[in-house]
Amino acid sequence: METEKLTFTGNESAALGAKLARVEVVATYPITPQSTIVENLSRFIANGELKAEIINAESEHAAISICIGASLSGARTFTATASQGLVLMHEMLHWAAGARTPIVMAVTNRALCVPWSLHADFQDAISQRDTGWIQFYCENNQEVLDTIIQAYKISEDKRVLLPSMVSLEGFILTHTVERVDVPKQKDVDEFLPPYKNEFFYIDPENPLAENVVVLPDWYMEYRYQQEVAMQNAKEVIDKVSKEYFDKIGRNWGGLIEAYMMEDAEVAVVTMGTIAGTARVAVREMRKKSGKKVGLIKVRCFRPFPVEEFKKFSSLKALAVIDRSYSFGCGGPLCTEVKSAFYNTEEKPLILGVVAGLGGRDVNVGDIINVLEKTIEVSKTGKVERETIWLNLKGEQLR
Amino acid sequence: MVKIPTVTSWQDLPVGCVVPGGTMIINKTGAWKVFRPVVDHKKCTLCMLCWIYCPDSSVVLAEGKIEFDYDHCKGCGICANECPAKAIRMELEV
Repeated sequence: METEKLTFTGNESAALGAKLARVEVVATYPITPQSTIVENLSRFIANGELKAEIINAESEHAAISICIGASLSGARTFTATASQGLVLMHEMLHWAAGARTPIVMAVTNRALCVPWSLHADFQDAISQRDTGWIQFYCENNQEVLDTIIQAYKISEDKRVLLPSMVSLEGFILTHTVERVDVPKQKDVDEFLPPYKNEFFYIDPENPLAENVVVLPDWYMEYRYQQEVAMQNAKEVIDKVSKEYFDKIGRNWGGLIEAYMMEDAEVAVVTMGTIAGTARVAVREMRKKSGKKVGLIKVRCFRPFPVEEFKKFSSLKALAVIDRSYSFGCGGPLCTEVKSAFYNTEEKPLILGVVAGLGGRDVNVGDIINVLEKTIEVSKTGKVERETIWLNLKGEQLR
Repeated sequence: MVKIPTVTSWQDLPVGCVVPGGTMIINKTGAWKVFRPVVDHKKCTLCMLCWIYCPDSSVVLAEGKIEFDYDHCKGCGICANECPAKAIRMELEV
């Protein structure tokens, strides 16, 4: 496959992904650690490398509203945000999904206040779980670039027509330079044809009423349409991943990636960059002690890969590492994984682990400790604490 | 005339809740109002502020005079409040 091997930060990769997808409208509002994504796009436009309209918004709420309008007028639309900016968008995120606008947005995950933080944490995106957006979580800069291109193809599929969020952790990816293979524009163009909305678009010649009042007799049916689209997305994500592999030569898996799971007895489940660290931990443990451990990386949190998890019901134990938290309950990913196994005949014991909040480092040793603890759980058959806060000062893992 | 499509299942619903424009032609929301605006043409200076402020486009200029589209005016009273000549009064609907 013909590619160009270059070095880029996560934000540069996200901007390049959008450029290769030939976005037509970009709404911008700055926020750390996102700003350089839209700065790069604005540079591409100024240099004449990208033919698109850039619209500076007065807030994130306005930025996403601009995207909705632009998408409804038939344009391929992009924006990027993080943290407080994403939560300010919350109202319009529901709007974008309900109006079935295939917007793609990069989210450079950053912790929410209070206390104030600039560092990596999934709380911002996870808090948007129920807005009806497809949610991808990326492990490295290459996956960011590839996923943004794929997300347009998934979102714009007429069986789906839902917006997508592509998450990359603040600083860990956004400001870290990695090698990135940049696909050729002609290959991307063949993979991703221009966006054509067959159902509806704003056109002064043909007025339409959008977001009309629907009373209790039909509201549920509209919501069900959205759920069907979300379920369709599962199949489309797998299909698009394969098509991307055929055209560009890389496959990140569909909804999940199972790593060294063929003979695994226990495994760690996680998302984003922690999956990259876990990959090394799994390899090291297998090499040093021959323990049968594996990794399940969740690429797509919405729609949630319930069926994929059910295939692992014969595992002895799982540890689920969350970089976010649902207060008064547990890790959001852990809760979903537990519920995926609820109706299976056999099921693994599940240990919840909260780690890396507010950008705290999660290293290979930490994941080895978690896996050792999980092996112990598989032997004793008991989970003493539903949720462990990893490396919390004043608490011990064991 | 706007046609409202017949639907019996979730599958019949238009994607994204988009329906043909002009639904208000048959949906006469003016029936909601409690007070209706009435203009005194002797006081009206035709400054058109009421036309600018009306959130429902229910102030219309007919034959050089201000009139109201009572089929769609919801009686909010913004026109009367904004009128500098105090030419609009709100009358209780009967």
